[in-house]
Amino acid sequence: MPEVLAEKVESMEELARGVFRMRIKSGYIAEEARPGQFVNIKCGDGMEVILRRPISICSVDRDKGTFDVVFQVRGTGTALLAQKRAGDMVDFIGPLGKAFHMPENPGRIAVVGGGIGIFPLYFLLKELKGVSGDIFTGDAFLGFRDSASAIMLDDFRQLSGNVFISTDDGSMGFKGTIVQLFGEKAAANGYDLVYACGPAPMMKKVIELADRNGIKCQVSLEQRMGCGIGACLVCACKTKKEDGWEYKHVCKDGPVFWSGEIILED
Amino acid sequence: MQEYSNGHQVDLTTRLGTLVLRNPVITASGTYGFGEEYAAYCSPSSLGAITVKGITPLPRLGNPVPRLAETPAGLLNSVGLENPGLEEFINSYLPKLAQLDTAVIVNISGFSLEDYSLMASALEEHSRPKNRDQARSGGIAALEVNISCPNIKHGGMAFGTNPKSAEAVVQAVKRNTTLPVIAKLSPNVTDIAEMAKAVSSGGADIISLINTLLGMSIDIRTQKPVLANKMGGLSGPAIRPVAVRMVYQVYEAVELPLIGMGGIATWEDAVEFMLAGASAVSIGTANFVNPMAPLEILKGLEDYCRQRGYHSVQEIVGLAHG
Repeated sequence: MPEVLAEKVESMEELARGVFRMRIKSGYIAEEARPGQFVNIKCGDGMEVILRRPISICSVDRDKGTFDVVFQVRGTGTALLAQKRAGDMVDFIGPLGKAFHMPENPGRIAVVGGGIGIFPLYFLLKELKGVSGDIFTGDAFLGFRDSASAIMLDDFRQLSGNVFISTDDGSMGFKGTIVQLFGEKAAANGYDLVYACGPAPMMKKVIELADRNGIKCQVSLEQRMGCGIGACLVCACKTKKEDGWEYKHVCKDGPVFWSGEIILED
Repeated sequence: MQEYSNGHQVDLTTRLGTLVLRNPVITASGTYGFGEEYAAYCSPSSLGAITVKGITPLPRLGNPVPRLAETPAGLLNSVGLENPGLEEFINSYLPKLAQLDTAVIVNISGFSLEDYSLMASALEEHSRPKNRDQARSGGIAALEVNISCPNIKHGGMAFGTNPKSAEAVVQAVKRNTTLPVIAKLSPNVTDIAEMAKAVSSGGADIISLINTLLGMSIDIRTQKPVLANKMGGLSGPAIRPVAVRMVYQVYEAVELPLIGMGGIATWEDAVEFMLAGASAVSIGTANFVNPMAPLEILKGLEDYCRQRGYHSVQEIVGLAHG
């Protein structure tokens, strides 16, 4: 069950320019959270921004009772949040939303992340590795704008023997999009399941590639949220229905969906 | 200041005509889903009433996204009355709502007078038994007539910005229900007192105000409106002074009990609305920020009354007048 909590920030680290890792003390989240879930964080106490910001959980440390969120400063709310320092209190609701499907026998798995979409995938790989141990082989496809924004690579390399990197400008790894790179490997590597998180055009292409290659696919969606718990109906996303489509809500029905459930628009 | 260190009891019972609530704190339509979503954070039994998401005769998908734009001290929404429709509401949601230990107010919206009549009569048989404890549940406690939604093209606010049609809508609902009828006013009018008089003539038992203020936000990067629907309803602390002013004016214009709302986030805000003339208050946007806001507001309201020596919370209603 999600709870409203106020806990201490344990550390703040700027991983790349404007991208922060906030480690928060919370035995509850560390114990309860599953990969794909998020916390809805109050950024400040003032009136400039009043709504919380939904941020996916990047990892948990059950022994130390902490969890990490990584966020990019994109507006007033996240700018306020970036001002928090170790020892400050932070108010959040969590864990919220539906988690990624965790297969009992993972088989061949790939994660495809674009930009800030890579963070929930880190938590996912870590949990899969924890469940399956050494036999686990998950390939990670991580796409970035440039080498300066390519972060958490070592973290991913500890979990996966095959970390593929692309940058738009070619300053690191493959020059191009991560979808191109994934497309090259998708057929040959015979994945059973692919998880994707990133910009909508990226996820749309991953879904197409997955369909073409008979790979099951889950995606984690992003949408502006009001309440984060399914009451305000702001974060609508189109989903398929027998006789057409309907809106479901990213905060409660997602953020994770099977690719066959949703209709992504450009 | 008088001291009441031993803390006398403050009677929180709130009588809005025939609608009796255990306390004056209500949750506002569209911000509280169908009562279940917040139950884990804020027990329904601690609330005066819950107002459910606006219902229309047929299901509505609602507007495209983005449906939300955040603005200083507030937010614009254009959800567009997404709801399961009357039939599905009665079959799937109402039975669960009836189990909640609080009064349930059903918000209804339509596109014609017939829509409103139809909904009122369909919901009539689900009204709570009259012999039951009034402040408890068991069915619908009141209907809130939404003539003020800014997010749909026809109906909604169109009814609420013309006194004659506002009166007609309320009349249509009254003819088809024995439940107390709450008319929810739009602030997007020149003369709020005139609208209050119109719904009063139409037979409204209670007036709730204000709905959201029509607003807009433009992204200077894309040079286009942020909301897919272009315009939306502004809520949150940003609109509070407008709402307080309107409650004050309507209190002077009509005799009906008022439910005040519009940016209430703290108990101090709630006191302000009651001093302006509201007998009860509704909490909306504040729930998104703090799911326990209604509880904290009620506690503060009670403490305020106790410290000032009031025996009933209703003693402070309208004190800002005269």
